[in-house]
Amino acid sequence: MDNPVEEQIEPWVIDAGGMHYRTLNAKIREFAAQGVRRFVLNNVRGQRYICAGLSEGIALDVFGTPGEDLGVFMAGPSITVHGNAQNAVGNTMSDGRILVGGLAGDVIGYAMRGGRIYVRDDVGYRVGIHMKGYADREPTIVVGGTAGDFLGEYMAGGCLVVLGATTDRDRPIVGDHCAAGMHGGRMYLRGRPGLDRLGKEVEVFPLDDQDISRLVPILHDFCQAFDVQLDVFDFSQYCKILPVSTRPYGRLYTY
Amino acid sequence: MEKTWFIERPYPHEKDISSCGVIGMINTDGRRVSGRPLRDAMANMHDRGNGLGGGFAAYGIYPGWHDHYCLHVMYEDQGRVSSVEAFLYSKFRVDHVEEIRVAPSRKIRTHPYFRRYFITSPSADELEADGVMADAVMEINQADNGAFVISSGKDMGVFKGVGFPEDIYDFFRLEQYEACIWTAHNRFPTNTPGWWGGAHPFSLLDWSIVHNGEISSYGINKRYLEMFGYVCTLQTDTEVVAYLLDLLVRRHGLSFEQAAAVLAPPLWKDIDAMPAPKRQEYTKMRMIYGSAALNGPFAFLLAYSGGLIGLNDRVKLRPLVVARKDATWYMSSEESAIRVIAPDVDELFAPPAGKPFIITLERTAASAELAAG
Repeated sequence: MDNPVEEQIEPWVIDAGGMHYRTLNAKIREFAAQGVRRFVLNNVRGQRYICAGLSEGIALDVFGTPGEDLGVFMAGPSITVHGNAQNAVGNTMSDGRILVGGLAGDVIGYAMRGGRIYVRDDVGYRVGIHMKGYADREPTIVVGGTAGDFLGEYMAGGCLVVLGATTDRDRPIVGDHCAAGMHGGRMYLRGRPGLDRLGKEVEVFPLDDQDISRLVPILHDFCQAFDVQLDVFDFSQYCKILPVSTRPYGRLYTY
Repeated sequence: MEKTWFIERPYPHEKDISSCGVIGMINTDGRRVSGRPLRDAMANMHDRGNGLGGGFAAYGIYPGWHDHYCLHVMYEDQGRVSSVEAFLYSKFRVDHVEEIRVAPSRKIRTHPYFRRYFITSPSADELEADGVMADAVMEINQADNGAFVISSGKDMGVFKGVGFPEDIYDFFRLEQYEACIWTAHNRFPTNTPGWWGGAHPFSLLDWSIVHNGEISSYGINKRYLEMFGYVCTLQTDTEVVAYLLDLLVRRHGLSFEQAAAVLAPPLWKDIDAMPAPKRQEYTKMRMIYGSAALNGPFAFLLAYSGGLIGLNDRVKLRPLVVARKDATWYMSSEESAIRVIAPDVDELFAPPAGKPFIITLERTAASAELAAG
């Protein structure tokens, strides 16, 4: 397809095999600017920064394993990874959606400030750290499996959900230092971590009606995104983690 | 003549840091294979390094000399050979010497001169022989002789230098070797010179190590090792890990799990939560080996003739992914690098931080069972 048109039916297919990330990203930017709205990236093998900083409402299907910082700083694209992703997915993204149909690595959604990241299976360490929200911007991360240590560390806003439903590995639903330094946003876990695993700034609550009405559409969306039926609608299994101080370090420099 | 390394060592040894990409593979059935897949995987992680260091370690490459120590020696130039060889001949029975032939290219033009020496074990007692050999390595590396021993194990060798790993692979013509364990490294030096001796792997006797991260406890570790006769001469933080392994496992008889608990000690709150005997064991280790603990972010691959071990710092500040395809295990900084050489793996996951992920050769597991039984 040499002349992409507005009303694109067929996706623009790029064979990323052996392609350097700069070339790949330049192609995506160039074609997106020309009006291409759907992309298929085949044979992706670790190319970094895919869709970095893009704000176009494009959709990409990624086959293979994308590299570090997938969707970094992006504000619009919808990325579907058919497989696993590496580290720093959605780093500082402000809008758009990233679906990972497998595992994702460490530092997913770092400083995320809008949009959604859904990971079907497990995620690594430091997921959702420094997330923040404002007004109608509510960044949301949903993890179908379990999460490693430092989940939501220094979280300042947004919504983190861990379901522990898609993987049956012998691993607790969240690791150590969960919600350490958290001072905004909310975290929903389908399970109850030991208090020794939680940060000192948070407390554990049962879900109320507002939480449930907030979660139901997110969970349906998650199941639909990965085309799975998950037994995750018994909300008595969940807990909610909220910060109990909004300005825990307000007096840090007062002495 | 153009200098190929920083022989005058203008940098202080106090704070030496690096940060990089690693990959390793092991055939648990002991099958020896080309290192080509690791070259391809490293080429895929090209951007993790900056051309100032690349290297490979390979186990099982000298089956004809498997009971001999093989010293890979890096000379500043060919003229520096005589004093080292006089030392070696006076101390050991050297059964075979050869030049490690290299293929300089546009990418790697200036380089040291390499020889390897196959040396009869100086003692029937393995521990004693290892001790003599380790002392000899330290002596050569400390002397002002323009030479460094970059590996000194049996049936293994390290090939490393300044360049991207794929170019280092071609430079050392590694196509001709077959190994059952390979590790590789792509260096991005941040605080220390990218010189030939500072490339990874670092190796002593049977141990070799490749590392992504920084060891901020380098100064403490280095001074601690000096008490046991290990002298750091290669100006890179990772060097201490090779010597610490030798000290902890070979000399002090710790298991790999215990050695890992020394290098990446569990937090006190986790030790407190352990059952009593284990709590005492871990408390003892923290007290005895406090100066051997590694501070800072790391993902290591530790190789020895019996296996391959992956280890992260206890809070996982560097990536490490593990995968298996049939009898072959891979450990890598990035999954994509594994997918290049094994697109359809049987399993893939990220091991938990601070816990060693150990894969041993089957024959070793069988012989260990025999020994235990």
